[in-house]
Amino acid sequence: MKLFPVIAGAFLVALASSASAETLTIATVNNGDMILMQKLTDDFTTANPDIQLQWVTMEENVLRQKVTTDIATKGGQYDVLTIGTYEVPIWTKQGWLVPLDNLGADYDVDDLLPAIRGGLSMDGKLYAAPFYGESSMVMYRKDLMEKAGLTMPDAPTWDFIRQAADAMTDRAAGINGVCLRGKAGWGENMAFLTAMSNSFGARWFDETWTPQFDQPEWKDTLSFYVDMMKADGPEGSSSNGFNENLALFQQGKCGMWIDATVAASFVTGKDSTVADKVGFALAPDKGLGKRGNWLWAWSLAVPAGSQKVEAAEKFIAWATSKHYAELVASKEGWANVPPGTRTSLYANPNYQAAAPFAKMTLDSINSADPTHPTVKPVPYVGVQFVAIPEFAGIGMTVGQLFSAALAGQSSVDDALKQAQDVTMREMQKAGYL
Amino acid sequence: MARAATTQRKIVVTTAAWIVGLLIFFPILWTILTSFKTEGDAIAFPPSLFPPHWTLENYFEVQSRSDYFRHFVNSVVISIGSTVLALLIAVPAAWAMAFSPTPKTRDIMMWMLSTKMMPAVGVLVPIYLIFRTLGLLDNVWGLMVILMLMNLPIVVWMLYTYFKEIPVDILEAARMDGATLGKELVYVLVPMAVPGIASTMLLNVILAWNEAFWTLNLTAARAAPLTAFIASYSSPEGLFWAKLSAASTLAIAPILVLGWISQKQLVRGLTFGAVK
Repeated sequence: MKLFPVIAGAFLVALASSASAETLTIATVNNGDMILMQKLTDDFTTANPDIQLQWVTMEENVLRQKVTTDIATKGGQYDVLTIGTYEVPIWTKQGWLVPLDNLGADYDVDDLLPAIRGGLSMDGKLYAAPFYGESSMVMYRKDLMEKAGLTMPDAPTWDFIRQAADAMTDRAAGINGVCLRGKAGWGENMAFLTAMSNSFGARWFDETWTPQFDQPEWKDTLSFYVDMMKADGPEGSSSNGFNENLALFQQGKCGMWIDATVAASFVTGKDSTVADKVGFALAPDKGLGKRGNWLWAWSLAVPAGSQKVEAAEKFIAWATSKHYAELVASKEGWANVPPGTRTSLYANPNYQAAAPFAKMTLDSINSADPTHPTVKPVPYVGVQFVAIPEFAGIGMTVGQLFSAALAGQSSVDDALKQAQDVTMREMQKAGYL
Repeated sequence: MARAATTQRKIVVTTAAWIVGLLIFFPILWTILTSFKTEGDAIAFPPSLFPPHWTLENYFEVQSRSDYFRHFVNSVVISIGSTVLALLIAVPAAWAMAFSPTPKTRDIMMWMLSTKMMPAVGVLVPIYLIFRTLGLLDNVWGLMVILMLMNLPIVVWMLYTYFKEIPVDILEAARMDGATLGKELVYVLVPMAVPGIASTMLLNVILAWNEAFWTLNLTAARAAPLTAFIASYSSPEGLFWAKLSAASTLAIAPILVLGWISQKQLVRGLTFGAVK
């Protein structure tokens, strides 16, 4: 008889608590660091019982398509967005993001790495907080390098990379001297080639937004890349992206791999057959003052018009804080702390001891300058991309042309000529010229 | 002599059918086997068909990371709901076209089919805006409606083909016996077209279950079906192929079992009227 009031009371309490709790829907990418964050959210919800978290995890390209549609149409499906350094300047200009002014007194915004912070800010205001940052660097097999009678310098040149690739290639043993991205896409082969072209003195556009693929610097870049890959790269490299090259490297089939710094923990991890033989070096240069490394950060932002800005900022402050780094370290070890966002992490002796790639990652990130990415002046921001809305489409098309040149379906000259024509046409259509 | 030739022919046809069947099933088999491999074995080259080290780790990982059951329920609700909605509209439409055609019927049918030729992304923004205005984003009802609209032309076409096989005299006899239009549809037409309706229904359920454009773009967390569940395991930076395979296996298993159980009805319905 007395059961009914008890059940009714419990129901009302549950109803009241669920009504008062605010639910944040967080759109994020599927990578190891983000998945780990999902597992650790109890730490946040325990400290903030009035906020519940709902995760929407997606593959990078699906995420980009969904959140762009949502934010452009003010759909309001997400309260916290995971976006990259390409989107932040474009979306900020459009007024689509809320400035992160209330991250808390103990957030220590000055601790964020200057290169990363610069790429996420406009007019001194931070519009997205970096969750993890990455650059690119050379990962190489120390044993094969030694066998080739060479020593990898900390800051190699492209000429040395070519020399080492030739020396390390052993087709009979299934060893490719160098593995590089060849799969078409603005975030695939064009991320690598654009960063590489910066070190060769090339640029996408001059100060008047005129495409520059008809200039000798681009011909030098593409010829060097295609020649080296044909001589020392893996078979079918025009289809290889990050994952394919990671698989090759982990199985001991690559002498060198130039790619994202985030790969360092994978090539030295438990799935790698060469974990104890890997060395790291800065991305190569050509002696012109710029290195061929990129800069990227997956960051958390709040869409403009959100009704839950306060709760969203609370969550972002937690996820990108020093406290979160310590939480990950206590649960998963220092090597698994999201890299590339805070100066303090790289000053931490525990992290330095656990992550042998820490110094090289920091040096790579610090050597990238998204506001002055090229040898000659440019009107755009971005190291491995051009932060304009049209770039994703143009980058994809040019990526296909360059991938075809790598596959031997067209010559370097033809690919560059077509790239020039296509880019010129698109820029005229978009009103830049 | 003739018997030997017939036996020989049977063996050749059966062998060819098995080869084609295995070729079609091979990607699914590969996915299932990969789901029992470690991530290292999944990327090994040359690849091995069978896992060198069988493991259930990927299934445990997928279960701990995602709410499979919620996605599964959403998939069931969306695929069955959209199919029921489609049948409610398509049965009367196909009846009208089959038994009461006008000179423009054929044009209408071709126009309906032509809507399938447009890439879905072409109408993404208007549909998204309509859904936002109506509050249907991330809502199973919204998905039921959009998937019903997407599959309606095929459903109408299939039902039209089945209905055309039913002698019009039987319907006329029912009318002469005093059957109203509703009774004619429910008590005469539908029972005679059950195999066709069942196979149409099954095909529509499979199409809706596998639909990945609208279900990915119009959902976030609450209404996300198994397609979103699979998509959450794909990554361009990081090797999650074994986990992706485990998620895919979990997603296709229910529809695979359903197809297996109902294959007789499915084949019967799809070949209904093929040979006169």
